[in-house]
Amino acid sequence: MVLQIDKDHQRFRRIVKGKIREDLRKFLTRSELLGREGRKYISIPIRGIEIPHFRYGDNNDSGVGRGDGNAGDAVSGEGGVGPGGDQEGQHVLEVEVGLDELAEILGEELKLPRILPKGKHRITAERDRYSGVRQSGPESLRHFKRTFRRALRRQIMSGLYNPDAPRIIFERRDKMYRSWKTILNPQSNAVIIYMMDVSGSMGDEQKELVRLEAFWIDAWLRKNYHGIESRYIVHDVRAGEVDRETFFRIREDGGTRISSAFRLAKELIAHHYAPSEWNIYLFHFSDGDNSSESDSRECCALMREHLLPLLNLFGYCQVASAYGSGNFINVVHEHLSGIDAVLTSRVNTKDDIYDSIKTFFSAGR
Amino acid sequence: MHTILPQDIVKQAESIADYARREALDFYPTVFEILNSEQMSQVAAYCGFPQRYPHWRFGMEYERLRKQHKYGLGRIYEMVINNNPCYAYLLSDNMPVDHKTVIAHVYAHGDFFKNNIWFSRTNRKMIDEMANHATRIRRYVERYGMDEVEQRLDTFLSLENLIDPHSAFMRREGNSVSTEEKKRRADDEVTRYPAKGYMDRYINPPSRIASDRAAAQAEVAKEKHRFPEKPVRDVLLFLLQNAPLEDWESDLLSLIREEAYYFAPQGQTKIMNEGWASYWHSTIMTNYVLRDDELIDYCEHHAGTLATSPGQLNPYKLGIELLRDIERRWNTGRYGPKYDACDDMAVRREWGKDKAPKGRVVGRGSPGREKIFEVRALYNDVTFLDEFLTPEFVDDQKLYHYRLDPATGKMVVVNRDFDKIKQQLLFMLTNHAQPYIYVMDGNYRNRGELYLTHRHTGADIEIKYAVETLKRLQKVWKRPIHLSARIDDEPILFSFDGEQSTQQHIDDGMEMPAHQF
Repeated sequence: MVLQIDKDHQRFRRIVKGKIREDLRKFLTRSELLGREGRKYISIPIRGIEIPHFRYGDNNDSGVGRGDGNAGDAVSGEGGVGPGGDQEGQHVLEVEVGLDELAEILGEELKLPRILPKGKHRITAERDRYSGVRQSGPESLRHFKRTFRRALRRQIMSGLYNPDAPRIIFERRDKMYRSWKTILNPQSNAVIIYMMDVSGSMGDEQKELVRLEAFWIDAWLRKNYHGIESRYIVHDVRAGEVDRETFFRIREDGGTRISSAFRLAKELIAHHYAPSEWNIYLFHFSDGDNSSESDSRECCALMREHLLPLLNLFGYCQVASAYGSGNFINVVHEHLSGIDAVLTSRVNTKDDIYDSIKTFFSAGR
Repeated sequence: MHTILPQDIVKQAESIADYARREALDFYPTVFEILNSEQMSQVAAYCGFPQRYPHWRFGMEYERLRKQHKYGLGRIYEMVINNNPCYAYLLSDNMPVDHKTVIAHVYAHGDFFKNNIWFSRTNRKMIDEMANHATRIRRYVERYGMDEVEQRLDTFLSLENLIDPHSAFMRREGNSVSTEEKKRRADDEVTRYPAKGYMDRYINPPSRIASDRAAAQAEVAKEKHRFPEKPVRDVLLFLLQNAPLEDWESDLLSLIREEAYYFAPQGQTKIMNEGWASYWHSTIMTNYVLRDDELIDYCEHHAGTLATSPGQLNPYKLGIELLRDIERRWNTGRYGPKYDACDDMAVRREWGKDKAPKGRVVGRGSPGREKIFEVRALYNDVTFLDEFLTPEFVDDQKLYHYRLDPATGKMVVVNRDFDKIKQQLLFMLTNHAQPYIYVMDGNYRNRGELYLTHRHTGADIEIKYAVETLKRLQKVWKRPIHLSARIDDEPILFSFDGEQSTQQHIDDGMEMPAHQF
């Protein structure tokens, strides 16, 4: 039954989305979102949606209660009438929003084009579903109930059926078999490989930026692809693959050799992700402080010759750090300029994430 | 959403109605409908009405209620509409004993709606009226577009609490006295001291008479320019009559005002209404309807309804206890000057014990029962508590007064002082916890600006909301708007001129509005 209120409800949801859009830049930097990647819904506080009235403030800091207690005892229990302590926060409406809805808002607001999956690489999953019956087939698929019913019906019609001594004998023409249909599931598969520099110069603050950026990259790509995979590589002088938890928590010391990560990414792709079947996204986060100029050059060579032909996009995101030269981004610009699949951005503060996402995805790759 | 009520519920409703009538409850015919939780959430979002005008705020409420139900945080047992016939909704997944309790509860609400004086001016065909409102607004949507209409609704709804719930009971002043008439009266009223003829020109010297007369005339002349003539509490009416609104905008505003007046008595009688309904579901269930096997469930749900958490007052609980206390007091004669004069607590406690039948006093025809029927007809929450809250009751119910302890930021029990508790309760209920806002000048500074004042009754208004509300009000009035309010004991003037919001301290240099408190 369609309820009359659905219209009002939809209108309300649209208003909520509008509010989120207004505050998107602020919203992108909310670190509370982290750790909720797995969930389908997140609840978002929406301000200023309710209709204002002239009303008493929350400095009505007294009231009447009921229960035990002597003068001076704290009023126990939540839900007492009274101020919540913080200035705002009290009348903030929490609204549940789906992650894909959020990604859609992000896409609309940043004017991100839909990603066009590599056309010919669209793979198709085949699946058989038993959905019907037919009159021929292997005995293993014989549908007993239907077969029995047909035999019974035939015997009754032809007067062979004796209720006192019921004996049903199948004939060839009674037999029914299950049949299947092959369902073609068009699917576009994508893998995101995140690489992060975890050398001594990457502090907690930098990692936080990386996490936020990664969260939104993930949200947007998930919106565009079904079945997305993520792989995580960390590196200092050597590179290793880690799980997501470790990726964001790990802290190493030591130098930086970015080429190690690129090499590992190359291997990973070679082993698991045939570029004909996968849309591959490679993101690298670093403070741009590579150990040597020659390694930086090697990185670019590796990228140009081996990796770029396989990728949809290589995004390099350089976070500001107190240490180091932050030179890698310049090297990338120098050696890989003019290649569409290479995009770079600098993220110095949380506020830059908005623009960074926009840089990476506005080409719709 | 018409549903067919199961026959057993129809039968139960009939028999409960009989019991209720036997107990002298007097209610409109009542139509019950049974709804599932989704439908209940919709109806509740629409405040019980099957048809409301389109507005997103109902959708917001709906989402909140649905979520609340989904997570088991709250459950709407019952809804009832003040209408003739009364409409009431039952939740389909409730137990049969719940249905019976709710039905009894609903009949008592119906009795209250029908007989309480504060409801006497409400529209008893409100279901139709609401549907008409919905149709009218939908028509405007077709004509002017959803965005336009919604924007007006958002604006007007922001002002919906600026009404005067008492105005329904006030006699409208007839044609106000003309200025000429006032001038003539002013002449007559100039003070003349009694004096013998020959002394008159010394005791009432013509020069003084002349100057007094001039002053009185000046007063009248000044009054002539006062607009409005008196401070106006029904701000919505003032806007309807004086704001530059298109016809359809006035119509929108007038129906929002009408709905606000319809709902006002429910806000004014929350404690009494719920107390009365709880009193009667309890009485009817325990005396007539309850079966042995339903006792536990009934008790659990009844207790749940009346449960209070510390720091919060449950209107059901306060209402039912106070009604029972009144019944008990009138059955034992604990009222009147003799009782009031007695200050021996021991005597008071035993007062009238010999008069009371054994156990709790209940029953038709007892003076207590008659008294509470009178109370339900004549009082609202404020007068109810003002008149019947006693120190003994406060003590019995373990009420306390609490306050924010600035040192710890926690709420602490201050004391159990009767006067303080009563004062606090009355404050919380006055004007059903809405601030008093008056129109003081509709032509402030002779520039057509609107000047409102918050009459301070103990608590400050919330600045953030006031500023936003002023912005909306300005859209209606279209000239600058001012609101004077006391914030932290300082008089502050909030203004909005269509572009800029300002706040300034009110000092003597500023022009005063036509009226002042």
